[in-house]
Amino acid sequence: MLIPTTKGLMDEAMLVKKTGGVDDENEHTTWVEYWLDGEPKPVHRSVHVTLKKNINAEPIVGGF
Amino acid sequence: MCTSFKTEILNGIHALGTSVVRGATTPDSFKAALYLASATMNATATVYTATGEVSGTGYTAGGVDLTGTPDWITPAASGTTAYTTPTASIVFTTVTLTTAFDAVLIYNATQGNKAVSVHTFGSQTITAGTFTLTMPTNDASTGLLRIA
Repeated sequence: MLIPTTKGLMDEAMLVKKTGGVDDENEHTTWVEYWLDGEPKPVHRSVHVTLKKNINAEPIVGGF
Repeated sequence: MCTSFKTEILNGIHALGTSVVRGATTPDSFKAALYLASATMNATATVYTATGEVSGTGYTAGGVDLTGTPDWITPAASGTTAYTTPTASIVFTTVTLTTAFDAVLIYNATQGNKAVSVHTFGSQTITAGTFTLTMPTNDASTGLLRIA
């Protein structure tokens, strides 16, 4: 599989894949990085965030 | 407050103050923009701003359109809570955003870019990759917009 990277499209076999994520009450997040030997930073990083709720929601309550 | 009224607010039926002239009954068009972790982007936002917005390869100022048809799931109510959620995930494809960002502003591109909501998440960067924001379950407890 070809991976888009800062060096252009590269074969996945040439790269080291790292994955991780976080899961809390606000979000479920996964990320995938591809590293190229000798490079100080990943040459590819994608992130998928699934929002679980709107933590900024302010309930509107009407009453007398 | 009547529950039907809450749903109708989301549908733009009522104008308790000065409203706008609408040319059609169709839903407005909405966009989503990303903001740096160092920026101040929160519920005090009133309109889209480029200040504090991310920049980088593949990212266009102003962000992306909500791509659902329509942009939002038809507003509904359960119990006494009205709610709705964008129809589709928000996707920024093949971008490089090297400065950490942690917020998305959803705004109404039809109505002068007026702010709708701000949602935060853990700080992220993207390198020659895709940032996907998937919506929560559209119901009265997790829907992205809720009037309780």
